[in-house]
Amino acid sequence: MAFNGHQRDDDIIDEDETPTKQPRSSKEMPGLCRNEPNNEAAAPAGRATTDRRTSNSTARHRKDSLKKSRPPFPWFGMDIGGTLVKLVYFEPKDITAEEEQEEVENLKSIRRYLTSNTAYGKTGIRDVHLELQDLTLCGRTGNLHFIRFPTHDLPAFLQMGRNKHFSSLHTTLCATGGGAYKFESDFRTMADLELHKLDELDCLIRGVLYIDSVVSSGPSECYYFENPTDPDRCVQRPYTLENPYPLLLVNIGSGVSILAVYSENNYKRVTGTSLGGGTFLGLCCLLTGCSTFEEALEMASQGESTRVDKLVRDIYGGDYERFGLPGWAVASSFGNMMSKEKRESVSKEDLARATLVTITNNIGSITRMCALNENIERVVFVGNFLRVNTLSMKLLAYAMDYWSKGQLKALFLQHEGYFGAVGALLELLHPS
Amino acid sequence: MAECGRVDSSTSRHTMDKSITLPPDEIFRNLENAKRFAIDIGGSLTKLAYYSTVQHKVAKVRSFDHTAKEAASDKLYEISVQEEVTARLHFIKFENAYIETCLDFIKDHLVNTETKVIKATGGGAHKFKELIEKKLGLKVDKEDEMTCLIKGCNFVLRNIPHEAFVYAKHADSEFRFQTTHPDIFPYLLVNIGSGVSIVKVESEDKFERIGGSSIGGGTFWGLGALLTKTKRFDELLQLASKGQHTSVDMLVKDIYGGSYGSLGLTGDLIASSFGKSATAEKEFSKEDMAKSLLHMISNDIGQLACLYAKLHNLSRVYFGGFFIRGHPVTMHTITYSINFFTKGEVQALFLRHEGYLGAIGAFLKGAEEDNPNQYSWGENYAGSSGLMSVSPDMNPMQRARSGTFDMLEMDRLERQLVNLPLLQDPSSYIPDTVDLTEDALAREYWLYCFEEALDGVVKRAVASQPDMPEAAERAEKFRQKYRHKLQTLRHQPFAYGSLTVRSLLDTREHCLNEFNFPDPYSKIKQRENDVALRYYQKAVKSLEKLSWEERQFALVRGVLAGNVFDWGAKAVSDVLESDPEFGFEEAKRQLEERPWLVDCYDQWFERIKGPPHKCALFFVDNSGVDIILGVMPFVRELLSRGTEVVLASNSGPALNDVTNGELQILTEKIAAMDSVIQAGLKEDRLTLVQSGSSSPCLDLSRLDKVLATVVRERKTDLVIIEGMGRAIHTNYYAMLSCESLKMAVIKNSWLADRLGGKLFSVVFKYEVPAGRPSLDSTALTPS
Repeated sequence: MAFNGHQRDDDIIDEDETPTKQPRSSKEMPGLCRNEPNNEAAAPAGRATTDRRTSNSTARHRKDSLKKSRPPFPWFGMDIGGTLVKLVYFEPKDITAEEEQEEVENLKSIRRYLTSNTAYGKTGIRDVHLELQDLTLCGRTGNLHFIRFPTHDLPAFLQMGRNKHFSSLHTTLCATGGGAYKFESDFRTMADLELHKLDELDCLIRGVLYIDSVVSSGPSECYYFENPTDPDRCVQRPYTLENPYPLLLVNIGSGVSILAVYSENNYKRVTGTSLGGGTFLGLCCLLTGCSTFEEALEMASQGESTRVDKLVRDIYGGDYERFGLPGWAVASSFGNMMSKEKRESVSKEDLARATLVTITNNIGSITRMCALNENIERVVFVGNFLRVNTLSMKLLAYAMDYWSKGQLKALFLQHEGYFGAVGALLELLHPS
Repeated sequence: MAECGRVDSSTSRHTMDKSITLPPDEIFRNLENAKRFAIDIGGSLTKLAYYSTVQHKVAKVRSFDHTAKEAASDKLYEISVQEEVTARLHFIKFENAYIETCLDFIKDHLVNTETKVIKATGGGAHKFKELIEKKLGLKVDKEDEMTCLIKGCNFVLRNIPHEAFVYAKHADSEFRFQTTHPDIFPYLLVNIGSGVSIVKVESEDKFERIGGSSIGGGTFWGLGALLTKTKRFDELLQLASKGQHTSVDMLVKDIYGGSYGSLGLTGDLIASSFGKSATAEKEFSKEDMAKSLLHMISNDIGQLACLYAKLHNLSRVYFGGFFIRGHPVTMHTITYSINFFTKGEVQALFLRHEGYLGAIGAFLKGAEEDNPNQYSWGENYAGSSGLMSVSPDMNPMQRARSGTFDMLEMDRLERQLVNLPLLQDPSSYIPDTVDLTEDALAREYWLYCFEEALDGVVKRAVASQPDMPEAAERAEKFRQKYRHKLQTLRHQPFAYGSLTVRSLLDTREHCLNEFNFPDPYSKIKQRENDVALRYYQKAVKSLEKLSWEERQFALVRGVLAGNVFDWGAKAVSDVLESDPEFGFEEAKRQLEERPWLVDCYDQWFERIKGPPHKCALFFVDNSGVDIILGVMPFVRELLSRGTEVVLASNSGPALNDVTNGELQILTEKIAAMDSVIQAGLKEDRLTLVQSGSSSPCLDLSRLDKVLATVVRERKTDLVIIEGMGRAIHTNYYAMLSCESLKMAVIKNSWLADRLGGKLFSVVFKYEVPAGRPSLDSTALTPS
């Protein structure tokens, strides 16, 4: 099977970007920097549409008043997860000559470092294809950059912050994710930084709604797979998340959280599962000796899970008609591995593929049950497990469609894993 | 989903001795007349089911024909031992490795030529099809696995009290048995084989697979084998029980440094299973990986089960399949997961005979023409192995043995059993007063007590069959069997559900029957009945001389004094044995003076000054003085007041309890002397019914259907329960929807002590159901 996501990643390294791969331009979403937080709470379900109709001129009028309430640069939002740290950085492009002169050297150096590189140290990566250009935030226009690195390299990151005298900038660092709590004291002692800690689910939802509302050109932020049950005709299609509520938001990071979202400020965590991206990678490392997510996915793309899993047809010779189970359905994940001969005949690739299929299908089935229990038909899958993982996305799309007989729709977002970090940045600019 | 065919069996079984360690005729019992075979072959275990007819001896009583010369005999009635044929279901579970040996044994002993087919189910059925057909010459007829499973599940839930239990690893007793709800539907069955099937069962014939998961026992086994290079399922579980999942799993605290407070997620929760193993640099121990895998799978299944239970609004969720099958580790993790995900709203239930469901169901499919579902069945404690101990300090020999062959026998009961219609809440009714599974002190005492009494029981059993020279040998076998049961229960009090005085007594009766001692007390009862009858008229006359007021009290004292005569209680049997002249008057002197230990006499007296009851149901106790001089005068008074009386006595013998057969004769004799009783019988105001039980105790949820009908038709408004077994060991707390009277004399010093009384203390408990003016709220609490 073609591995779209992977190819896309290769393109990013290629400096000569084709027009379709251009970072998307965006416009200001004025509602964002309002100083009356109450208005936000009253935002109707169709907020995104209303806001989009608001003209740019309205925003310009507000610029001066905004200036005072604006936090000093640099603007960061950070999400420290169990496996990855996600960082969004707003690079102002409308810096005046006057500002340029006033700007301290430290700030300049940070900006230059982040924007002129696409990789940092051995493990830090800037997802150039996700960059949002010409974005207006709190009256400033610039580009939003998306950067990630493994959580275990956080000490190196803090060291860098220390070397670059980040603390002298007196900025507030808004951070979410468990690591904001776990590493709070490390930030203080190693980099002399105070964290403004934020709830990860609040940030996640805020981030999703914001990004979806500001991305207006280029590939649609939200998309789905058409004909998910027919591999030959299955294609990615843009989706307009105009009236998003209610929706089920499934965040697949190391673990999985499932949220039912009824409005921007009204959501609940329905449940979660510990079988998530961390489980996929953890099991793959143990089973195949690989060490990165990319390696694991690459192997999975070349393997065959049916050699590992026991299918319904392996037991019943075909469909189990009494219960309407098709022969191709997996009866027992890793079920064939009970047999010694079969254990000896499978490849690492097969095992990686089976692990991916097992974890993905399980998330699909828990999600489907939650959707039924909550009576919600739209499901948005986010989180870094889906990064460059078209295989899982198509599996999820298939599973949602097939087992719900077309009732449920699986939706995906381009900025998969960055919504928490975006939400944290928004909190910096507009404390709720 | 199906259990997978086990491929590793030949290699992993090499250390196991394949010869049968128990004498096969003790396992495959009654093969000579066995018919209707069914077999369920799973991944590692085979379950065989068959139906047999058991010929056993029953004691019958018959009035002498008074016109004949034999009437010259001084005996009151004739006792004969007759052969009776009853139906029995046999279920045997053994490792697949023994299948060939077992089939050979069956072939050699199978006499019945009617049998042509063997019903088969289970994932391994096809694998052994040829072998079975070749060895037994029977045609293998495959039945749908899930259908069999559900049929079997319905059958055990309906027929075996204490079938379902809740597992609590750290509680005093790991198993908490559930009383069987009269209505078993609807329920959810989560069958964890290699995959998981979630089935909603709505009625006997209506069930639906509402979902499932591919992450099941096969995933634990397959993935576990890959990760740990351990081949056997049991070994994987063992590894898991020794491991630490926290070194492999990423916990909430690994991400947060502590708990995720705003969501109420504690730090120890698993955020990402295997999240810490996402590295090529570290090695992980087999134990830790196995544990993490077990948690991952159990939690996942638990979560899905909860989601399905919620969606379908079901609160009874039973778990089965080879992943569960008595393994404490998996029962614990599943229970934990269910508690976590439902916050205690749904309890994970497990079944004692879970491993047999498929075989039972397959058997029932094949036996439809015998209508097994139209009868009530009872677990035969003598022939069933009971639940295997799971405690690690259990004697390994016993573990290995019970793991090799496990048996379940169910007797077809002659009568169909139903609830007493007068139970206030049948679903919460628990017959037994003390659960010995949970009360270790009481358990100690009663096990000791029954062991002590064994010699006497053996002696009486032999004495009851003076004409049979081999009686001594049989009695010895009985002694061994019952002693073994007691020893088992000492180690595994949960083996047959909750351990109670009732279950200990019933087990003894089953064992006695097993060795053809149907009624060791028959002659003693006969003699006592004879003696007591001679005093009947005198007793009635002296009562009639009393004023109404005095008579009411004397009648109650009479019932109580009569109840002192009881061979079942050790303290009394000692006295009776040493001094057969121990008389009724003597008994009255022994009785505690008022106020009694539990004394509601004043309320009762006030009540009977009022209008008579419409109909009284009287559960009687012992033969002899008890029934004749105690109960009958009381009954006579009730009849005189205009109250109809239904006398309920045991269907089969138990100790010296009067049986329905005996009571028929006694009542006729009394009627001949007493016009009141005579008129009662003639006018159908005095009715004799059988209780459906052969126990010295009383389970009001399993009573003869005819009794229930009579009770309903006569609009019974008073229930009288007499004796220690029926009113104290059982039913002391039973709540009835009409007035009730519980009368007993405590003839056991330990029990008396525990209840804060002394030997021969009196319990006279009169209760009026709530909603009506309550006169008493006496609680029986241990001092």
